[in-house]
Amino acid sequence: MDNPIIEIKQVWKEYGDQVVLEKLNLSVQAGEFISIVGASGCGKTTLLNMLLGTESPSRGALLMGGEPLPAEPSESRGIVFQKYSVFPHLNALENVMLGGEFAASALFGRAFGKQRKKLQENALEMLQAVGLSDAAQRYPSELSGGMQQRLAIAQALIKQPRILLLDEPFGALDPGIRKDMHSLIRELWKKRGLTVFMITHDLSEGFSLGSRVWVLDKPRIDPQQPERYGAQIVYDIGLNAEQKIPESIQNLLDKTAQEKTV
Amino acid sequence: MRLMNSKPSRAMRLTLNLLPFAILLVIYTLASDARLLENPSDKLLPAWSSFADAIERMAFTPSKRTGEYLLWVDSLASLQRLLLAVGISALIGLILGVVNGMLPVMRATFSPLVTAISLIPPMAILPVLFIVFGLGELSKVMLIIIGICPILIRDLQQRTQSLPVEQLLKAQTLGANSWQIMIRVVLPQILPPLISAVRLTLGSAWLFLIAGEAIAATEGLGYRIFLIRRYLAMDVILPYVLWIALLAFVMDTLLRLLSAKAFPWYHGKRGQE
Repeated sequence: MDNPIIEIKQVWKEYGDQVVLEKLNLSVQAGEFISIVGASGCGKTTLLNMLLGTESPSRGALLMGGEPLPAEPSESRGIVFQKYSVFPHLNALENVMLGGEFAASALFGRAFGKQRKKLQENALEMLQAVGLSDAAQRYPSELSGGMQQRLAIAQALIKQPRILLLDEPFGALDPGIRKDMHSLIRELWKKRGLTVFMITHDLSEGFSLGSRVWVLDKPRIDPQQPERYGAQIVYDIGLNAEQKIPESIQNLLDKTAQEKTV
Repeated sequence: MRLMNSKPSRAMRLTLNLLPFAILLVIYTLASDARLLENPSDKLLPAWSSFADAIERMAFTPSKRTGEYLLWVDSLASLQRLLLAVGISALIGLILGVVNGMLPVMRATFSPLVTAISLIPPMAILPVLFIVFGLGELSKVMLIIIGICPILIRDLQQRTQSLPVEQLLKAQTLGANSWQIMIRVVLPQILPPLISAVRLTLGSAWLFLIAGEAIAATEGLGYRIFLIRRYLAMDVILPYVLWIALLAFVMDTLLRLLSAKAFPWYHGKRGQE
């Protein structure tokens, strides 16, 4: 087996007395697509924030390629939030070019001449890859919610991050649009060999989209002191044919599927 | 139909817009006529012809004493002070607002100071300004700056802080350093709020300008009004007041148009926001 791209070793996250996450021991290979599901408030976002670098573990270590993760957001980790991921004052093309422009000039954060042309070409290619080539000159406010998310994905991917973090990226979209986005992200993941971490509320989305699902939940609850125990990864499910989905989860999935059809 | 649902047509709306002005003019004319009938040398509500004479005298006839056209000299002096002060304030407000809003270290250092300064009534320290900066232009410009700068700084700091944190994180994942985020992400998005903040503080700026000129100046719109007040020269004061209102209106309109022209993304459909 190759060296894992991400290793989570004995990670705990506490805020004062409150334990949010405990005993996380996970390792992720490059090219995996991990969906993180769980009830709200169980620490999904905390886990993602630790991967992003805005929060650090209270105990334990987070490694990327064997090195500790930088303690602030960096180019190695791309992110798409549910909203506000794109810059309203730049049109679609400029939004995608921005990453390259930052690299081009530390002082101005702008590229000129040939360099700019090159960035423009790359950005147009990327826009095409996410299906936005017709909207290159439009501002985000002129784009629909789904198109804005496509733009946010393009903007993140152009930096070729080692891991891509998705924080409920499709949570605010209509079901039909969401389906389109699923096929887009699946295609990008397969074609480009991305390593993806996606938080989602939607169980069926989690199980249909990725290659692996982490279910976060609190296995122990002290009724007198609910903050005493944190959430763990209670199920780590590989989504290939061999591994069976636990019955309790399968029931839940069936139930949500039924609710959807009703 | 309910009153709240009845919308006037375009022509109707225009008529309604103008109606209160027309009524005011009629009332003034009647009241002025009534007073002048009783006492032809009454100065309180001059006739329209007196206004015309006064405007002719102030704007289009050289002054007997100095040979200058007083209205234009006054306007130029006042506008110079006002624009200089508002420009400097906008620049300081933009820089400090963005820096305070973005960098916690700077915010911790400067924010309480700005708040404290903004609580001092500028008119209360006007004597201090005259003592420190003398009676020349500087003290009047400083009065306006001290009056509106803290408001601008606080407003823009707040606007900067209320930018979605997602945007700032995203920019970091695109490899930007703090400086790059400031000039490429924050600053361009704070320019439209800067213009609207300046539009809102223009009223205060005029207030401080006229107060400063009333106390120590040798020309200026405020100076003139307070000078001729001694002669109860309403025929000059009222046109001056209207002229000031007109200037303020033109500035406000220009800023509004500038903002719409320069920042279409801000004024268009706001989409998700």
